[in-house]
Amino acid sequence: MLQKKECVAMLLAGGQGSRLYNLTEKNAKPAVPFGGKYRIIDFTLSNCVNSGIDTVGVLTQYQPYVLNEYIGSGQPWDLDKTYGGVKILPPYQRANGAYWYKGTANAIYQNMGFVERYDPDYVLILSGDHIYKMNYNRMLDFHKEHGADCTIAVIDVPLSEASRFGIMNTNDDGSIYEFEEKPANPKSTKASMGIYIFNTAMLKKYLEEDDNDPASANDFGKNVIPKMLADGARMFAYQFVGYWKDVGTIQSLWEANMDLTGEEPKLDLRTPEMRILSRNSTRPPHFAGENAKIVNSLVTEGCEIYGTVINSVLFGGVKVAEGATVRDSVVFEECEIGEGSVVEYSILDCRTDTGTDCRIGEPINSGKGIALLGADMYIPDGTVIGGGVMTSDYKKEGK
Amino acid sequence: MSVTGIIFSNIHDNNLPELTRVRTMASVPFGCRYRFIDFTLSNMVNSGVKSIGIITQENYQSLADHIGTGKDWDLASRSGGIKLISPNITAFAQDNRRAYVTTRLESLKSATVYISSRNEDLVVLSDCDVICNVDFSDMISFHVKTGADITLAVKKTTLSTELAEKNVIIKSDNDGRVNDLLVYPRDVTGDHDISLNIMVMKREKLLDIIADASAHGYTSFNTDVLLKNINSYKIMSYSYEGYFACVSSLAEYYACSMELLNPDVFRALLGVKDRPVYTKVRNSPPTRYDEGSYVRSSLLADGCVIRGTVENSIIFRGVTVDKGAVVRNSVVMQGGYIGKNCSINCSVLDKNAMIQEGRNLSGHQTLPFYVPKNSII
Repeated sequence: MLQKKECVAMLLAGGQGSRLYNLTEKNAKPAVPFGGKYRIIDFTLSNCVNSGIDTVGVLTQYQPYVLNEYIGSGQPWDLDKTYGGVKILPPYQRANGAYWYKGTANAIYQNMGFVERYDPDYVLILSGDHIYKMNYNRMLDFHKEHGADCTIAVIDVPLSEASRFGIMNTNDDGSIYEFEEKPANPKSTKASMGIYIFNTAMLKKYLEEDDNDPASANDFGKNVIPKMLADGARMFAYQFVGYWKDVGTIQSLWEANMDLTGEEPKLDLRTPEMRILSRNSTRPPHFAGENAKIVNSLVTEGCEIYGTVINSVLFGGVKVAEGATVRDSVVFEECEIGEGSVVEYSILDCRTDTGTDCRIGEPINSGKGIALLGADMYIPDGTVIGGGVMTSDYKKEGK
Repeated sequence: MSVTGIIFSNIHDNNLPELTRVRTMASVPFGCRYRFIDFTLSNMVNSGVKSIGIITQENYQSLADHIGTGKDWDLASRSGGIKLISPNITAFAQDNRRAYVTTRLESLKSATVYISSRNEDLVVLSDCDVICNVDFSDMISFHVKTGADITLAVKKTTLSTELAEKNVIIKSDNDGRVNDLLVYPRDVTGDHDISLNIMVMKREKLLDIIADASAHGYTSFNTDVLLKNINSYKIMSYSYEGYFACVSSLAEYYACSMELLNPDVFRALLGVKDRPVYTKVRNSPPTRYDEGSYVRSSLLADGCVIRGTVENSIIFRGVTVDKGAVVRNSVVMQGGYIGKNCSINCSVLDKNAMIQEGRNLSGHQTLPFYVPKNSII
């Protein structure tokens, strides 16, 4: 028997994330590894669970295998429920045809049938490409208190950066009177976090209207939100205070990883009340060898460190050989850095190994940018790969 | 052949009174993130055993907490999975019969209901404190191929008189048929096959043995079942070559822990391809090394914060080593806190020990200093 859920979350996870280049070659952005033992989507999924939301639809379209496998039954997040839980929602065929998700709003529109199965009063729309810890329940309380039709979470950004974001201009009571997408002269610093709570009936009405408008790009930010504002719907901005980062670019992904290091990290993962849950990979403890040096870094299960690791984030099963150095870098799982090799200011995708005496990337202050090595490669002995270079040219046989 | 598993969780508790005061032998923490029972459980799971009964007697809250639903071993299953077999003390038991079951045979009696409720052909029985990475399916094929009634896993070991007194020596002929057992012998030294306390037999056979033992008031599996029937049963010995440790004192616990720092031992136990060791998932974040950390020749679990020196040590989940602190040759269990400028040497710190700023603790390799669970020093 179907039971009512107060709030259902819909997590948009279908985007390609093309600005992450070869990291999203065979992987959807939400499944990109992050922070030593997580994937980006762990943050939104954990936020849902930590907020008491137990029904989450994950909308997938681009390269879904890794993401599907990762989410599985939802068990790592306690989302394997008898009723509700996490459900993967790919585009599907229906009697009158088959359509790809045309935009964020269209993706939700095509899955209103899923939402309505749970008869929720509210729908929470999330995107799977941000790193932050947030209690959505407080936002929902705010939404209810203000009798809003739609509440949009916003975060204060520096005025100098405001023109990179969708900016909400609000009245004193928090109601939104104007939305500007990437304004040249921003009037406020309240940037949309891409997190919306809608009253279900209102969402349905506007998504239907949006679908009937052939000129629409079927996007929440570009079409649905402006239309609702124009119609005078009750729209409120919910101010979020805390760490929030869009990890849509190589630079921001690198920065967000670095934000986990240090004695007082900008993003602290050690908060029992807002635990970030992830799928466990069953690896043994990590080993620091006789001549290891590990400073200001994150190291996790399965790593074997015989060399030097400074200002870096290492994922599960990474091996750093004797005499090798990893500095200012993010190294995804199962990479092996050979003897005497130096990796600086780089991101290495999964299972990429270097031979001996390689030089990957250049020092962070060289101004050359981050070197990005794709997955499943073997870099031969003595290879030099300069700063800012992005390559997938050294694939292992059969990859 | 389908196989069900039986694990004895309280066996040998007396060997480690310090560590088993608040837990079973099965749930003694070992190797940064494991409990003793994880090795046997993983061995069984990795060998295709899909139903496991764990016989408990007392003090098993920590074990129940560790096992949970069994999902971390993929044993949360409708048809089998993991079952904690609680002690079977009926309401009408006489006071004197209420005494806790003490031997393997007696605890098996309490598991009769479980064993008869299964439908697998074979049963593999193991103690909880055998630290090894063994492929039971190989042992099971051996059992089937030789047509044995009972197969015992053995390992050739060089014994001191002290070690011999804690072990069962298995003597077999050239074909591997067991022809004698020396149970905790005195004054024996040299190379001998010792029992790993792992057995395979038909499930029906085990039920017959239990019924017969019950009728005769037998108590010891080794002397009353195996020795008495050494000619009438076909008992075979299966030789295991890999790493094996059985811990029978705090000093041995310490020595075995330190042995993990040898990469060969580590790989033989924890790095075997396709035979990972599973344990309870705790969702600890990665370990963070801050400025001032100096770590060498050590194994560390996730969730730690390291700002001091760690050498030659085993550091469990969620341990903090603060600035200027030095931890050497020690085992620090989950949630330990080592304050600023502390010095810890040759010590075993049980869970959640808090060592305040500037303290010095030291034991010796032969007698490590033990800090009980939740202590504040």
